[in-house]
Amino acid sequence: MAVLIRSKTPADLSERDVTNEKHYWHRRDFIKIAGASAALVGSGLIGCENGGESAQASAEPPAAVTGLTKSPLSTAEDQTDYADATSYNNFYEFGTDKSDPARYAHSLVTDPWTIEIGGAVNKPGKIALEDLLAQHSLEERIYRLRCVEAWSMVIPWIGIPLASVLPRFEPTGNAKYVAFKTLHDPKQMPGQNRRALQWPYREGLRMDEAMHPLTILATGMYGREMPNQNGAPLRLVVPWKYGFKSIKSIVSIDLVANQPDTSWNMQAAREYGFYSNVNPEVDHPRWSQAKERRIGEFRRRKTLPFNGYGEQVASLYSGMDLKKHF
Amino acid sequence: MIDKRSQQLAAAALGLLPATFLLFRFLTDSLGANPIEEITHETGEWALRLLLLSLSITPLRRITGRNSLVPFRRTFGLLSFFYALLHFSTWLGLDHFFDWQGIIEDIFERPYITAGFTAFASLTPLAITSTRGWIRRLGKKWTHLHRLAYFAAIAAVVHFWWLVKSDVTEPRYYAAALGVLLAARLVPRR
Repeated sequence: MAVLIRSKTPADLSERDVTNEKHYWHRRDFIKIAGASAALVGSGLIGCENGGESAQASAEPPAAVTGLTKSPLSTAEDQTDYADATSYNNFYEFGTDKSDPARYAHSLVTDPWTIEIGGAVNKPGKIALEDLLAQHSLEERIYRLRCVEAWSMVIPWIGIPLASVLPRFEPTGNAKYVAFKTLHDPKQMPGQNRRALQWPYREGLRMDEAMHPLTILATGMYGREMPNQNGAPLRLVVPWKYGFKSIKSIVSIDLVANQPDTSWNMQAAREYGFYSNVNPEVDHPRWSQAKERRIGEFRRRKTLPFNGYGEQVASLYSGMDLKKHF
Repeated sequence: MIDKRSQQLAAAALGLLPATFLLFRFLTDSLGANPIEEITHETGEWALRLLLLSLSITPLRRITGRNSLVPFRRTFGLLSFFYALLHFSTWLGLDHFFDWQGIIEDIFERPYITAGFTAFASLTPLAITSTRGWIRRLGKKWTHLHRLAYFAAIAAVVHFWWLVKSDVTEPRYYAAALGVLLAARLVPRR
């Protein structure tokens, strides 16, 4: 007799799996408290509900994307508010304050956009974004995103697996790593006028990480095209690594033989490793990585190894000392 | 001419404006995506700004020769402590939610928190002994004790410097301001 069991995919952690009981409060609860206190004060301050929630709130959201395929790799957890995900960003190309990207990223021109693919491939060249995407069908992937600064979000990305893109350029036997670069143009990215990091922003993955089914190139989120402040028009999403690995506004992809330079590692090698897998056991030298604040929640929650994607990706690192290769 | 008492009250009212605005933003849910972080950053920065303002009174008095400035040293000093207390309680209560193990670990193992805690711990006795009674009781010792304010300011700037990820522009401004204030103390009295 066949029994149908709908098994949970490992990515499909519910909130109960992460926190045993309701020992965190939701941001909405935080707001209710605020509302109650306002009533107590009787000050009549409430009434300007959206008093500047974000710069994004008033801006026109990007165009909707239709015909998306759902993915079994998605999590069913509560998604972060769109307004929060588009107003609280680390994208130093537009400034180091988290509100800077939403404020200044409008100067980025995302159409036309070309990506240069080179290095150890038989078919190098420049390709227009629409040609890169033409033969793929877009998927929705709802992933947890854990920032190295100990906060996290749940974001419904739209994209395609990187593993379905790379083979088109026929990597040679020398392709051991993939190196990515962000656009470098201080006119469009005013934050690049200051040397907060060495521009252009660089990131990299080992070949097996790049070819892992969880790794995607994203072109949108929340059923819409990618907002500029989130890395339009094309960004990487690697959900088991700290957010800074998921490089934004990509203009070049190189397949290389040796481990490539990566921006935060160049900035502070002691603090940011090449791998940067989410790991509650390995603290940042200046702060703990054991817990995180999920945006929208009040209490901190425990950080999971590989951001909860351990069942899918831990095998990539078997035999490696992850305290050394942090 | 406004009398001294009203001037001080006006300064205090002005100094409480950022807190009022923060409360307003809290009540209207306009603190952004990470309200706790926003409260922490705002209260911390105001504590530092007001501490530097308080430290600027003595050099200003020396330059202008106006002794009437002296009471503002206490006004700004106490306001700074008020924001430092908010900053510290936010971290303790909202951020850590009284997770004592995490709190103790942070204080001893994270240098930037050690520095911040040191600044707060140095300001506390200064706030307590800011009353007329304590000034009288401590006499000359009071002046020595209150030099701790400089130490607190150094610790606070270090705290800020050590917590930023890569862009030290802002902490650098505060360090420069503090440098000027410290240098001003080296100029011999006229």
